[in-house]
Amino acid sequence: MRRSEQTRVVVARLAGIAVLLGGGLLAASLCFGSPQNPSQIPNIFDPRSTPAKAIFHLSQFVLAITGLIFAVVFGLLTYVLVKYRKRPGDSGREPTQVYGSTQIELAWTVIPILIVVVLFLATARVIHSIQDAPKPASALEVVAIGHQFWWEFRYPRLGIVTANELHVPVSDPAQPTPTFLTLLSADTDHSFWIPQLGGKTDLIPNRVNNMWMDPYQTGLYFGQCAQYCGTQHAKMLLRVYVDSSGEFDAWVRAQQQPAVRDKDVSAGRRVFETTACINCHAVGGSVANGRFGPDLTHLMSRQTIASGAADNTKANLRLWVQTPDAIKPGSLMPAMQLSKADLDALVDYLVTLR
Amino acid sequence: MAGLIIAESSIFTIFVVAYLFYIGKSLSGPTPRQVLETPIFFTVCLLSSSLTIHLAGRELERGHRVSFRILWLITIVLGALFLFGTGREWHRLIYERGLTISTNLFGTTYYSLVGLHATHVTAGLILLSIVLLFSLADRVGMEQSARIGTLSMYWHFVDAVWVVVFTVVYIVGR
Amino acid sequence: MSSDAMAIPSAGTAARPWVEVMHEWVTTVDHKRLGILYIVYALLFLVVAGLEAMVIRIQLIRAHNDFVSPQVFNRMFTMHGTTMIFFVAMPVLFGFANYLIPLMIGARDMAFPRLNAFSFWLTAFGGLLLYFSFLGGNGLYGAGNAPDVGWWAYAPLTAKAFSPGPSSDYWTIAVLVSGFGSMGTAINLIATIFCMRCPGMTLNRMPLFAWLNLVMSGLVLITITPLTAAQIMLMVDRYLGGHFFDTQAGGSAAIWMHFFWIFGHPEVYILIIPSFAFVSEIVPVFSRKPIFGYSVMVAATVCIGFLSMSVWAHHMFTIGMSAYSNSFFAITSMAIGVPTGIKIFNWLATMWGGKIQFKTPMLFCIGFLFQFLIAGLTGIMLASAPFDWQLSLSYFVVAHFHYVIVGGILFALFAAFYYWYPKITGRMLSETLGKIHFWLFLIGFHVTFDVMHIPGLLGMPRRIYTYEPRPGWETLNLIVTIGAFIQGAAVLVFVANLILSFFKGAKAGNDPWDAWTLEWSVSSPPPAYNFASIPTVASRRPLWDLKHPEDPDSRYE
Repeated sequence: MRRSEQTRVVVARLAGIAVLLGGGLLAASLCFGSPQNPSQIPNIFDPRSTPAKAIFHLSQFVLAITGLIFAVVFGLLTYVLVKYRKRPGDSGREPTQVYGSTQIELAWTVIPILIVVVLFLATARVIHSIQDAPKPASALEVVAIGHQFWWEFRYPRLGIVTANELHVPVSDPAQPTPTFLTLLSADTDHSFWIPQLGGKTDLIPNRVNNMWMDPYQTGLYFGQCAQYCGTQHAKMLLRVYVDSSGEFDAWVRAQQQPAVRDKDVSAGRRVFETTACINCHAVGGSVANGRFGPDLTHLMSRQTIASGAADNTKANLRLWVQTPDAIKPGSLMPAMQLSKADLDALVDYLVTLR
Repeated sequence: MAGLIIAESSIFTIFVVAYLFYIGKSLSGPTPRQVLETPIFFTVCLLSSSLTIHLAGRELERGHRVSFRILWLITIVLGALFLFGTGREWHRLIYERGLTISTNLFGTTYYSLVGLHATHVTAGLILLSIVLLFSLADRVGMEQSARIGTLSMYWHFVDAVWVVVFTVVYIVGR
Repeated sequence: MSSDAMAIPSAGTAARPWVEVMHEWVTTVDHKRLGILYIVYALLFLVVAGLEAMVIRIQLIRAHNDFVSPQVFNRMFTMHGTTMIFFVAMPVLFGFANYLIPLMIGARDMAFPRLNAFSFWLTAFGGLLLYFSFLGGNGLYGAGNAPDVGWWAYAPLTAKAFSPGPSSDYWTIAVLVSGFGSMGTAINLIATIFCMRCPGMTLNRMPLFAWLNLVMSGLVLITITPLTAAQIMLMVDRYLGGHFFDTQAGGSAAIWMHFFWIFGHPEVYILIIPSFAFVSEIVPVFSRKPIFGYSVMVAATVCIGFLSMSVWAHHMFTIGMSAYSNSFFAITSMAIGVPTGIKIFNWLATMWGGKIQFKTPMLFCIGFLFQFLIAGLTGIMLASAPFDWQLSLSYFVVAHFHYVIVGGILFALFAAFYYWYPKITGRMLSETLGKIHFWLFLIGFHVTFDVMHIPGLLGMPRRIYTYEPRPGWETLNLIVTIGAFIQGAAVLVFVANLILSFFKGAKAGNDPWDAWTLEWSVSSPPPAYNFASIPTVASRRPLWDLKHPEDPDSRYE
């Protein structure tokens, strides 16, 4: 009876390990996308930027040490359970009563302390290398402002204001052109997290935070807000487009253009400029100068709307303006309650804002 | 009581930390230097009440019920004077200098910290008054010395907190 | 005052009017009754908070699910966390401490019985107030006005501007009030342990259970109050126009985080240390050896208590503190692993050379050891600040702390239930049902919480009511949810065991486990006065001395 009991305990332990390993293998198999196209999985073990890579190497080291500790202690535990189980037919005498041992206590105090020292030194080195990294002159400066529930990105030296989709140039390790972000918040706490490009840093009102990244592979990287900020925290998604230098320059030039003024959609523009839209939104070169919502000057240059909650299509734009709760219930975009004619005209106007 | 004092000290520590953290950070409104007047007299009242309560306890241990009663009463009066002084100070700050709890960070932290202390003084005075009533009914004698001692510990704690608050608000914070 | 209310129902006992029984229980100041009240209260809330967890898991079973709205989901995870910490874990641990400590130290009751009762009712009221919030607002269907700011209630999300209704106030006041209850119990425990030990029981001879609850009580006094202070400040902000956390007026959002985590981190040690206490009592008995290294265990616990007050900002590694601050908290957080590891080794050493009996309490303790080891190691990973910059605020952390709380604390609690239920009720819990409960729960636990680490590694943040269909996330979340259902089933088995055994369980007698501490010297359940005459002890295991007069412990200590 006892024997089968402890056998089951050990078997269960091993099964647990198997689940862990199996899950790990599953994760690993999902993790590694081809080097050409970054995988669509924001996996922390697939770094594409120096801070992320530094963290990755540190994590391997930490995992190795903790794995070793686990193996040793788990081995001991299993051994003890097997060797010192009460056998059937046992005499019923109590085993030798042992109260303690100073040497053993010392041993398993000193060794862990040494391990902690080693781990700490490795950790401190990476902390400093990331947090105290100097900003080179070639760095791109971006100011990220967190809102409920969208991201504002400003490029002060380039005169660009955009939202939700961040474009940065790829950084050649030989001649780095990193992006340094200043992180602010307009309302509550948020957190900027693109796992493949670096650890997360919070955006906290009345506080200036900084982070940097130097992605060395072009592509689209995903992330999202990581600090609970209210009802639609879940859909405060992030897209970072790492562009080749040519692509990036083209993007910058396009963003620096004034807003498209298409005469054919003047009806829609009038709707936009005479209703409450301009209280929150801005379109460069027009009377719309609201700062509460995303800048719409180059709305159609983005692939998604509502901070990634929906693809940027005419139908979705229409839905978003009329019934935002259908896409993002609890977001701060009000239902505009426009007549069908006004709504059609407005959307026709919006899709011209390339 | 020791346990309660430790817990209370922890609460006060957090309010003191908040006060210290926010020194100089108000974006607008009156500053401490502009409006605070050091309440020397009322501080002396409160600190003396620690002396009188200690003497009262000693008298009770010796069985002198009457002198205990008198010293106890003086303690209450001194404590009440302190509260009166705080109230008058607040009245001046609010109505003459326009400093309320919502004016700025200084206002918030000042009224919270001093107010938290004043609340504890008030609670103490209520307890002391109840004991006074029992004493007037001649129910407090040598046998209650230990309980009187426990209550006195609370009162001493309230005084000690005032020393800290006073230092932080009127000396450091200026 | 009789103990008849816990007596085994049997033919021939005249039934007393239930109103009289109720009245006795409501007005009791007996530590045993209050202990039972705490435990039953906690079990009820365990079920409620468990249902909240099920709602969360069902909503997350696939991407873009719409089982509940975002507003309801956000209330669910807030209430789940708040309830589990403040109205399940703390009450149940206080309940066991209340019940056992006077018995273990040879006292008749706690030092301040009426304060004891007052503390319980404060806590009870707090829980009811929190759940009262479900009424009002959008009504029950929309989870009413329950708080939805997360159990940390970070500023400025709790400011009037962002939380206009009273939901945050329910959180604040309910927790504030129950905090006073906790302080009362802590004061009571400290006074009882210091002043009411029986003759011969020096501090060096008291059961580890008493020592660890002493350390826990000290922590409660010092660290619950920062939360009380912060909550008072929050109320000042919300209702008196204060600016403590008002960033528009120059206030700081970070200072709420500091105050909260100065409470929050020691809080989890407040929860784990009594769990250590359970394991430290149970493992020796089922290994048939005394605890290895008693003094070192005490020293390690005191060390943990002190260190726990120096690590709080490891919850704030991502807020942009300086490199030096981050380094400081990294090393303190790693350092606290040393005394904790020492304890694990001591438990192993206790089992070494013993004769291990795989009864249900021991099974749960073994589960505890295994899982707490893993939880501690993932904790070391989180202590490494840069690694934490990736892992923080993701499902990795959620997996880590559930590993500690469910895999550690709850397993230890289950062990305690199976071990002391006979003492409290006079009946044994069914071993068969116990083993089913153990295995089912173990499987469910590992299916859920082992797998849950992975979405965190794959970029899934926490507190999201839905997620994008990123590769891997859906399958993993599905597995996690399935495990949750298995755990739910296991808990039902447990509750069935508790109820059925109360009526049909085998009679326990004084000392069903052949144990060594004083509570096993009295009847099961104990009489109202605990001991007919206060015992005198000469060693740490008084019953061992009685059972082995030829080789008493007093010879070796």
